[in-house]
Amino acid sequence: MQSLLALSRAIDGLSEKIGKAVMWLILVAILVSAGNAVVRKLFNSSSNAWLELQWYLFGAAFMLAAAHTLRQNEHIRIDILYGLRSRRAQHWIDLFGHVFFLLPFVVLMTWMLVPYAYAAWSIGQISTNAGGLIIWPARALLAAGFALLSLQALSEIIKKIAVMQGLIDDPHPFVSAHEAAELEGAALAAAVAELAEKERSK
Amino acid sequence: MIEFIALNMAPIMFASLVVFLLLGYPVAFSLAANGLVFFAIGVWLAPYSDNSITLDWPLLFTMPQRLWGVMSNETLLAIPFFTFMGIVLERSGMAEDLLDTVGQLFGPIRGGLAYAVILVGALLAATTGVVAASVIAMGLISLPIMLRYGYDRRVASGVIAASGTLAQIIPPSLVLIVLADQLGRSVGDMYKGAMLPGLVLTGFYIGYVFLVSILRPAWVPALPPEARTLGHGVTSLLVAVAAAIGIGYGAHVALFPTYGANADVLGATLGIVAIYGYALIDGALGIGLLSRLASQVIRVLIPPLALIFLVLGTIFLGIATPTEGGAMGAVGALVLAAMKGRFTMAVVTQALESTTRLSAFVMFILIGARVFSLSFYGVNGHIWVEHLLTGLPGGQTGFLIFVSILVFLLAFFLDFFELAFIIVPLLIAPAEALGIDLIWFGVILGVNMQTSFMHPPFGFALFYLRSVAPKSSYLDKVTGIRTAGVTTGQIYYGAIPFVIIQVVMIGVVIAFPQLVMHYKGVVVDPSTVEIVVPQMQTLGAPAGTEGGGLQTLGAPKLGAPVINP
Repeated sequence: MQSLLALSRAIDGLSEKIGKAVMWLILVAILVSAGNAVVRKLFNSSSNAWLELQWYLFGAAFMLAAAHTLRQNEHIRIDILYGLRSRRAQHWIDLFGHVFFLLPFVVLMTWMLVPYAYAAWSIGQISTNAGGLIIWPARALLAAGFALLSLQALSEIIKKIAVMQGLIDDPHPFVSAHEAAELEGAALAAAVAELAEKERSK
Repeated sequence: MIEFIALNMAPIMFASLVVFLLLGYPVAFSLAANGLVFFAIGVWLAPYSDNSITLDWPLLFTMPQRLWGVMSNETLLAIPFFTFMGIVLERSGMAEDLLDTVGQLFGPIRGGLAYAVILVGALLAATTGVVAASVIAMGLISLPIMLRYGYDRRVASGVIAASGTLAQIIPPSLVLIVLADQLGRSVGDMYKGAMLPGLVLTGFYIGYVFLVSILRPAWVPALPPEARTLGHGVTSLLVAVAAAIGIGYGAHVALFPTYGANADVLGATLGIVAIYGYALIDGALGIGLLSRLASQVIRVLIPPLALIFLVLGTIFLGIATPTEGGAMGAVGALVLAAMKGRFTMAVVTQALESTTRLSAFVMFILIGARVFSLSFYGVNGHIWVEHLLTGLPGGQTGFLIFVSILVFLLAFFLDFFELAFIIVPLLIAPAEALGIDLIWFGVILGVNMQTSFMHPPFGFALFYLRSVAPKSSYLDKVTGIRTAGVTTGQIYYGAIPFVIIQVVMIGVVIAFPQLVMHYKGVVVDPSTVEIVVPQMQTLGAPAGTEGGGLQTLGAPKLGAPVINP
């Protein structure tokens, strides 16, 4: 079990690193999109490469951050009944879901997407838009996102079993969506107050 | 037995989806798993189904194409852009400035603080689509003032929660983007359609406060003179506003021959820029022609108005797509934050982190929904739903009322992303069969989903307010008097009149489709964009698949899935 937990920690670390790195791509996408709009208006010129680059960037961000989001237990649930159950029962639901809902889906998608991306790469397929980008990197991102999710699913299963056996602490004690909203509100209030405080002391 | 199951696959699949979702495992993966399980069952039972199941294994291999379609969807790019913009704005302190200033402006009249909250709520709603930000800012700034000067706690909390939810219905809201995408209409049209209902709703809120101020004046007292820190000077403000309108109108008349319909917005922009410029000069040189109040109001109000123009103005004028509008708004928000000295690394990373997280879970719900819909349409689920819903008594109106009640109830435990990705696609066919305009339909759904945000006991706006409202009695910082807190019961009670207003509003939108339908044939014509960028026409994007050139620009729907809603 200890070696499995070590594997899980390695996967978690990888997901987190990638998940945190790709968030910057959203900022790049924003700048590209705003810049593209301005350039198009001012110089009356536009290129499909810039348009496509935006969703390449966004695609990379959300596909590669999905595993990190799973690790943080932030994929939303309908907790109306889930919230009423004992923590033990919730663990069983999670484990059942990881094994029978999540894992088959992400493994199947990875299995389909790898050849899909490879096919685009092997023939050097290019977007049908004039001046569009080469296609395989975007397809490879889809495949990579699901591959990373498959790994993360393994890690979640390992951690869930370890938590149920009492080997590690529960990384995500249950918080209902509404409690989460209250916590989020309080955190935001604190953040804004802190910024205002800084301003006053300046 | 097997034939019976095979012929009733759609209802069985839908019922089992409900079970899968209620289990409480993350929605995205439950949807996908449900889709895959029923794909397998469907393929197995297809021979027994009298051709009502059209699933076979090769069809499953269209999944990569469907995922590609999700990823290359340019409309949904607006989600991270507007989310990022909203999060940066909520940390920029803009809401706080607005509430302080507008509160001072309206404070001296009875119900004034409540009016200020509603107006600022509408203004914030027009800059960002984030409910939490508005509610929290108002709860922090306006609620303590309202409590200090003796507002009824229920009215105060109700006004704040309701005004915060305006962000859901006034463009640029995320709800409208997702609805437009799912209904296959352009976001620009959805924005135009929702604008007037959003303003009418704001008017209803104001009307309610006005009624309270007449029937129960003690509930909404005016600010006492000692609390009016900005002093008088409303005349000066009125003169300034009149001057701005004069300049704007003059510019409109002068520009009309060259710019046509666009002259409205251009004229208004000129007027506003002129008065803002003057306020800055007046302040810098100490001319003092403007009163302190007037100058403060102008200086605080213009930046958000400029931001609104940058986002909505450019979209409505057809200068930018909604996605680009979102991107420019995000850059604008960063500039505003920088002007306030709040453009820090921490603000940017926090905003990016939240945006990425939201994007990941939203896009994966969509991916899960695509897996589900592949199977559900394969078992003729859409036909089943269509038969079910077009058979309702009352035609169009009956359908709209039924759907409103359905969405209202479902919204208690599904959030709007889930509603939009799972339920809305199923409603398109029956709505079209009944001849319902999908933008109109989308706005009705939007008002419904907005209501769910303030409906006790589940409405999220109420929880955001709860998180910042004082729970127990506290010492007021200004008066030093011990002030009672706000109970959760009072927050719930205060929301009820507004929920009733919402229900009335849904009725109004259903009864008066022209509130929405004016979107047709006004300013933005997708063809104008194609004229500006002529080479776009040869892109091979299947024209008109999404209902507007604005949407399909450079976003080819490569290999549209075989079975597609």
